[in-house]
Amino acid sequence: MLRFILGLVGAVFSVVLLISFFSNVSTYLTSPPEHTAEEEFHLHPKHLTLASDGPMGKFDRKQLQRGFQVYKEVCAACHGLSLVAFRDLEALGYNEPEVKAIAEQWATEVPSVNLETGEAATRKAIPADRFPSPYANEVAARAANNNALPPDLSLITKAREGGAAYIYSLLTGYRPQPAELVQKFQAAKTPQGLHYNPYFPNLNLAMPPPITSDGQVTYAPGNPAPTVDQMAKDVSAFLVWTAEPKLEKRHATGLAVVVFLLFATILGYFAYRNIWANEKRKVRVTGVLDPENQAKTARARRKAGVKG
Amino acid sequence: MSFAWAKPYEPKSGLMRWLDERLPLPRLVYGAVGGGYPVPRNLNYWWNFGVLAGLFLAIQIVTGIVLAMWYYSSADGAFNSVEHIMRDVNAGWALRYIHMNGASFFFIVTYIHIFRGLYYGSYKAPRELVWMLGLVIYLLMMATAFMGYVLPWGQMSYWGAQVITGFFSAFPLVGEPIRIWLLGGYAPDQAALTRFFSLHYLLPFVIAAVVILHIWALHIPGSNNPTGVDVKDEKDTLPFHPFYTAKDGWAAAAFLTVFAIFVYFAPNFLGHPDNYIPANPLATPAHIVPEWYFWPFYAILRAFTVDFILPAKLWGVLAMFASILILFFLPWLDRSPVRSGSYRPVFKRFYWLLIADILILGWCGGAAATPIYVAISQLAAAYYFAHFLIILPLISAFERPLPLPDSISSSRLHGEQKEAAPAGISPRRGATATAE
Amino acid sequence: MATLEQSAQGSDPAESTDGVRRRDFLNVAAVSFAGVGVVAAALPLISQMNPPADVLALASTEVDISKIASGQAIKTVWRKQPVFIRNLTPAEIQAANSTPMSDLRDPQTLAERTKPGKTNWLITLGVCTHLGCVPLGTGEGENRGPYGGYFCPCHGSAYDTAARIRSGPAPTNLVVPNYEFVSDTTVRIG
Repeated sequence: MLRFILGLVGAVFSVVLLISFFSNVSTYLTSPPEHTAEEEFHLHPKHLTLASDGPMGKFDRKQLQRGFQVYKEVCAACHGLSLVAFRDLEALGYNEPEVKAIAEQWATEVPSVNLETGEAATRKAIPADRFPSPYANEVAARAANNNALPPDLSLITKAREGGAAYIYSLLTGYRPQPAELVQKFQAAKTPQGLHYNPYFPNLNLAMPPPITSDGQVTYAPGNPAPTVDQMAKDVSAFLVWTAEPKLEKRHATGLAVVVFLLFATILGYFAYRNIWANEKRKVRVTGVLDPENQAKTARARRKAGVKG
Repeated sequence: MSFAWAKPYEPKSGLMRWLDERLPLPRLVYGAVGGGYPVPRNLNYWWNFGVLAGLFLAIQIVTGIVLAMWYYSSADGAFNSVEHIMRDVNAGWALRYIHMNGASFFFIVTYIHIFRGLYYGSYKAPRELVWMLGLVIYLLMMATAFMGYVLPWGQMSYWGAQVITGFFSAFPLVGEPIRIWLLGGYAPDQAALTRFFSLHYLLPFVIAAVVILHIWALHIPGSNNPTGVDVKDEKDTLPFHPFYTAKDGWAAAAFLTVFAIFVYFAPNFLGHPDNYIPANPLATPAHIVPEWYFWPFYAILRAFTVDFILPAKLWGVLAMFASILILFFLPWLDRSPVRSGSYRPVFKRFYWLLIADILILGWCGGAAATPIYVAISQLAAAYYFAHFLIILPLISAFERPLPLPDSISSSRLHGEQKEAAPAGISPRRGATATAE
Repeated sequence: MATLEQSAQGSDPAESTDGVRRRDFLNVAAVSFAGVGVVAAALPLISQMNPPADVLALASTEVDISKIASGQAIKTVWRKQPVFIRNLTPAEIQAANSTPMSDLRDPQTLAERTKPGKTNWLITLGVCTHLGCVPLGTGEGENRGPYGGYFCPCHGSAYDTAARIRSGPAPTNLVVPNYEFVSDTTVRIG
């Protein structure tokens, strides 16, 4: 009785699913889904190699410092870095007085309270502070950016499919919208105020190209030339650090842990074999049931022309 | 220990004797995982996964408790508190990544454990209750994992909560009030977050309690084994300690190595980038997907696209719950007296078809709901229900199984073929007694 | 079966006594290694309870002292603890300097507790060294105790004008934190 009811339930679900399936197929055949501009023109990120790539990756501190410089001079005007504290910059190779100076000279001040009147005020940043947001709140940010909200960059390389390679491709990917696209997909023409970028999932991005010319940022001597490509790479590397400041520690600990566990596995395996040695673990079915003997028998039979 | 030849507990030291006389814990442990618990000697590595599941439950509880020392369950503070753990708390990054990947590995291990049970007929009499308790554990795990994923309050956390609590509104009349009651509001917000934190902390201990019942229920008949043939006498078993403690020990080390590789070298591989974006109730992500271990169910949910008497959404929700609930009836759906798939050739073929089907459902669940993927999910989901509710009962009624060995020890031949030929095959004819 | 088994067993090398010892060693080694692993895993679980980096980033507080007139004191916060900043009057300085060291439970001169040239500025933690209450004496009209400094209402510890313990259960003087004068009107504590 139970099996009958359950069988009925199964039959009902299967039938409804098959109805859905056939409806789906017929819809697909009669009115196939429209091809979109994104499907045709969206590009996957370019390939980017960073020093931090791979299981044993380490940060290139000089690159991180250059990337920080690009962030400071190009991106910080609109994009916050609110999860990073000034004191964290010591990981880039700056010493304490340098970090204090960076904090004190930071263009945006930290919100505070006027101790006498109680009104909102600002004060210079100290190393313990996190990077203050360039805008007071979301409304102010949108008002200043054509209703678009510039995202905080602290986690951006972990928050986007493609990671650092995506950021790098986006920064270097601005180009005029191809005529072909405008012809095929009238509706996808870049609206006023947006910019065409095939690496962006929607193809049209509110951010104008931030890095437009070589030498936009002046690097200190001893660094590679600040081409658009180089600056984009450097800031992408910096943003990998802001998202994962513990990357090097993680890799080093990982190596130690995996080596330890491999050794423990090997030791454990031999202890196990040791303990089981007498129990004749190595049981392999022999005789008539041995697959090898069965194969031999089958071959012999075939040779002799005996069937089956 | 339900076997007559199980070794009774003998306290080795005065302290142990003193303790055992007052509280029989030492003998309980000895009889459960020590030298006093006989286990079939022919278990293969698929039997390691139960212990691994227990190991990962422990890992999750320990890392979870320390993370809870730093986590802040407020809608404005939760995301930043998790980042604080990642950046400023000593070893916080390691604890978070272990907990995050530990959840995935807990599910991997549990799925393999379940699939072992399906293949070897571990759900059959007299272990029906072990099976059902296991399903209860699985349901609790799903609830715990879902609530845990909401806690970081990222985009996927928030929208996943929206979608899953939205299921309840599919039910007519009572659905919407239940949804609002669950959330403590009209959408996931502060109330939902704090209660999910509270329950997420509680449920693992409920899981631990059910695990104890699960193991207790198992230890009455003792473990199943790859032949599915019952234990007959002492020759068929070995004491759990040291034989299976050693085997479980080394396999655990091997598995933890794989786990460590993910935690330390690919910690975000199994996750979704959108959860590194703080939750925004006004912006829906392009593709809302749950974590990978829910993908097969998500595929079943999205497979129902047509209103047929009931709205499609309600079909999807019913089917999703049904897909797990039907498993409770498995011992009565599959009535074959032969347990192990090794001796059931027809069953075996359909079993692998089921595995392929579940993997396909999983793949579709993680993909965008385009017509192709939906079509595949529809066929795969239909097969899933047909497999358990129609095919299995038919197989068990009409199948001709292979001849079973007389006993476990006779099945594990080791040169002594003379005594031990499987039933139906006459012993010795050209069999060479090759000593191993 | 019996004969076959015995002959198989006889040739098993692990049966020799040497094998038994070798066997134990391998098992002991494996278990010890696992034990080391467990201890190593426990360490981060314990260390994570220590203060995190953002708390350790010595929060230094800068305080504007220009508004504190002679004879006045303010309460401020540093590392989540109360700090008393007092502008001593010449009479208070005189009283502190003329106290013999033998009268003090925790002998220290006022000069040791202030900065050279700024002996009128007494900056101490506002935490009683007995059991941690916040002593009275900073606000207008508060009880300054028998020695004219600070007075702790919890168990009656009395501090003098240099915030040194004179009577009551507290064992030591109010703690003087690290501080420096950034300018004549600003002090940075910590």
